[in-house]
Amino acid sequence: MNEISITQILFVSTALFFIGMYGLFTRRNMITMLMAIEIILNSVNINFVAFNKYLYPGKLDGVFFTIFIITIAAAEAAMAIAIIINLYRSHHSIDVEDAEEMKY
Amino acid sequence: MHASVIIFYILSAFILGAALLAVTARKIFRSAIFLLFTLIGTAALFFWMGVEFVAAVQIIIYVGGIVVLIIFSIFLTQKSGEEMPKPLRNRSLFSVLALLFGFAFTYHLIYKYRFEQPAPHVFNVKVSDIGTQMLSTTEHGFVLPFEVVSILLLASMIGCIVIAMKIKPMEGNEI
Amino acid sequence: MSPYFFVMLVPLLPLVSFCILGLFGRKYIKTTSGTLGVISLFISALLSLYTAYRYFFIDGKVNGIYQHIIALKYTWLQFSPRVSIDMGILLDPISVMMIVIVSFISLMVHIFSLGYMKGEERFAIYYAFLSLFTFSMLGLVLSSNIFQIYIFWELVGISSFLLIGFYFENPSAVTASNKAFIVTRFADFGFLIGILILAFYSGTLDFGTLIERLTTAGSSQYIDIHSATFLGASMLTWGLGLVFIGGAGKSAMFPLHIWLPDAMEGPTPVSALIHAATMVVAGVFLVARLFPVFSIDLTVLQIVTWVGAFSALFAAVVACTQTDIKRVLAFSTMSQIGFMMFSLGVSKYGGESGLGYTGSMFHLFTHAFFKSLLFLGAGAVIHFAHTNDIRDLGGLRKLMPVTHLSFLIACLAIAGIPPFSGFFSKEDILMAAYHSDKIIYAIAVLTSALTAFYMFRLYYSVFWKRDIHLHDKNHEEGTLSMRLTLVILAVCTAFAGFVPVSSWITSDGAPLESHIDIVFSVFPVLMALTGIGLATYLYKTENRRPQIITSAFGSLYRAAYRKFYIDELYLFITRKIIFNGIGRPAAWFDKNIVDGFMNGLATTTAKISGLIKGLQSGKVQNYALYFFGGIIALAVLFIYVLNY
Repeated sequence: MNEISITQILFVSTALFFIGMYGLFTRRNMITMLMAIEIILNSVNINFVAFNKYLYPGKLDGVFFTIFIITIAAAEAAMAIAIIINLYRSHHSIDVEDAEEMKY
Repeated sequence: MHASVIIFYILSAFILGAALLAVTARKIFRSAIFLLFTLIGTAALFFWMGVEFVAAVQIIIYVGGIVVLIIFSIFLTQKSGEEMPKPLRNRSLFSVLALLFGFAFTYHLIYKYRFEQPAPHVFNVKVSDIGTQMLSTTEHGFVLPFEVVSILLLASMIGCIVIAMKIKPMEGNEI
Repeated sequence: MSPYFFVMLVPLLPLVSFCILGLFGRKYIKTTSGTLGVISLFISALLSLYTAYRYFFIDGKVNGIYQHIIALKYTWLQFSPRVSIDMGILLDPISVMMIVIVSFISLMVHIFSLGYMKGEERFAIYYAFLSLFTFSMLGLVLSSNIFQIYIFWELVGISSFLLIGFYFENPSAVTASNKAFIVTRFADFGFLIGILILAFYSGTLDFGTLIERLTTAGSSQYIDIHSATFLGASMLTWGLGLVFIGGAGKSAMFPLHIWLPDAMEGPTPVSALIHAATMVVAGVFLVARLFPVFSIDLTVLQIVTWVGAFSALFAAVVACTQTDIKRVLAFSTMSQIGFMMFSLGVSKYGGESGLGYTGSMFHLFTHAFFKSLLFLGAGAVIHFAHTNDIRDLGGLRKLMPVTHLSFLIACLAIAGIPPFSGFFSKEDILMAAYHSDKIIYAIAVLTSALTAFYMFRLYYSVFWKRDIHLHDKNHEEGTLSMRLTLVILAVCTAFAGFVPVSSWITSDGAPLESHIDIVFSVFPVLMALTGIGLATYLYKTENRRPQIITSAFGSLYRAAYRKFYIDELYLFITRKIIFNGIGRPAAWFDKNIVDGFMNGLATTTAKISGLIKGLQSGKVQNYALYFFGGIIALAVLFIYVLNY
């Protein structure tokens, strides 16, 4: 087995994605939830690059998407942290279980 | 066995292990550090796939920007060294079950799918190509998304400032 | 374009005045709204008079016969190439006469109200409603087709409702307006079915075409409507009978008269308008409008005759016992309308035998003057003395000389004493009745004697009986506008009988020779004089003779005083039978089944939502988990179950 096939790379990205999902579901601290989201986005980036490299090597679209996703992830992280800090000010906690006023 | 294959396995194990630790560590600071490792591992994977530019961007933005931002906010909101509360047992049980099923299902699909072999072509990403295509206005140019993203970044910057800004209490009436 | 195009302005001016006053009157125009209404009506009346002059003297007559002129025709709704609903203006002798009466009487009422309603808070609204009422009635008489007349018919109903209930703070006014509206509405239902039958069989809505098709023996429509039968009567009889029910409802014929006495709850000038010129004569006008068709169906004519005659006698008897000045006048209206109705009923189409038709229209014409005069006079009395009850009134002849004289003239006119107007029209009616049916003639003479009696009973009770010396000498008889209208109307009442109506308005358009048969007139006039004499004997001075007579009549008097218990009968039918038999079960069904079903639906929804609202926990991660589970489930569904 001399070559790594796309399926193997996809295994890594899929596993990374579900690890991120696990973090998103179970972590109660909002910052760690944000970290989980970053992991998910990373797995998607890996996917894009892998597809570009293995299936459409003559093009660059996957790379572009990766770059845009990284940019947007940066913006998203900044926004999320602003919201978290604001929430911390009003609730004195960043535990999602403490921020559940929006219900029936 | 080829060296690059071994490198791939090592990198994969490193990424997955670091990610797993990042989402399970009980101390938030450690969790952030493991996230850093995950991101660096991903950058290394990009190197391995031959997209050096993306790997560089990944390190500059993620490692240099986002993780620093996260650590910053941890300092702002958390007493370091304190253990985080345990996840709710019911929820972690259900999410593990759901995720395992989801993972099995997804990977089953991927595994069964026969990806078609592309025409032999060298995958060679030159930074100048990326730059040209990014700012080109022809059919495959990305100038419009580029501009949209720049506006998005501006908007999010303003948004962050507005959200995180301390509201001065108005004179005479409490909010 | 027809030279009579300008007639359009006659109904439109009151409409414009209604719109302006209704929209801006209360806030901006206020007290000048009366002047505005009077001006618009004045122009309208002038135009009507000019129309009448032109129609009767210049170009209405072709070959000695008055023509039907379509002054305006505009297709409003085109249903199919053959059937359309038009808006138009039809001019023929009766509609020309009617616009003159309506606009003139309405003008008088407008002027009178300037004084009568002075200081009323809703003065502008009052004038707006008056204008609307006038507009509806003018539109009704000018209608060129059966659908248009129905629209205006309903407009008359709604505007009378508004005016009768004008003092809506007063519960009895609200009840009265509801009563008037519901009773006439009920009758209008018959009217609607009637016109639908007629229109269906004749295949047209236009009056001219409809009359021509249904009266030409041998035309296909004529054969159709005669051959189709329902419950033993031909469809023509049904259609006309139902139309007559509508007319009877508006004209307060027995047994649909119950709204009329209560309709006096409105302001008195409105009663004058309703009774004299607008609402109640609508029914007579309708029968007259369709008279060529009515005249070929003897069954319906018999119904018209007997309903009219019975109403006339019934109302006259009731009027003798009433003590409310307006109520007496209301029943006298019903009685006079009964005269017009049976006069139409005994008439035939064409030539000298159409005398009843002419008499009816003539009586409508004269009645409009003396009845409006009576009501406005009564209004002046009420305005002066602040009471309606004739037992509290008396001796007003010195205090109100103008009112007194004009009221006397009107009483003489309605009693049929020559040379006042009522004499001439009544003579025509009696003559027609005499030549047609002796029983009807007897009823008519008896009724006119009773009419003379109760009118003079009213007259003596109000103006003689006893001498009152009001301490307040500054008490005016009424404003100038009120006295002016009374004088104008008194002059008209005195001389309207000399208008040669019989040579203008006939069933077929050809003039009729006017004939006053002196020998024939002696008996009715003697009867009327007897009635007057009896009233003089009983009521001129205060004495105990009326009490003796009433106690002699005993139960009959009480029954008449209670209006023969017709109202109670209606109440019994509606309360006991309809409410208990239909209303209660329907209410039960509505409350328990319909509402129960809806409530059950609501309760079930509330319960279910109570059960599932726990899902809306506010915990973000739970939402994320549900979301993820949903996506997985959908993916499995699409990929493995549905095999996409």
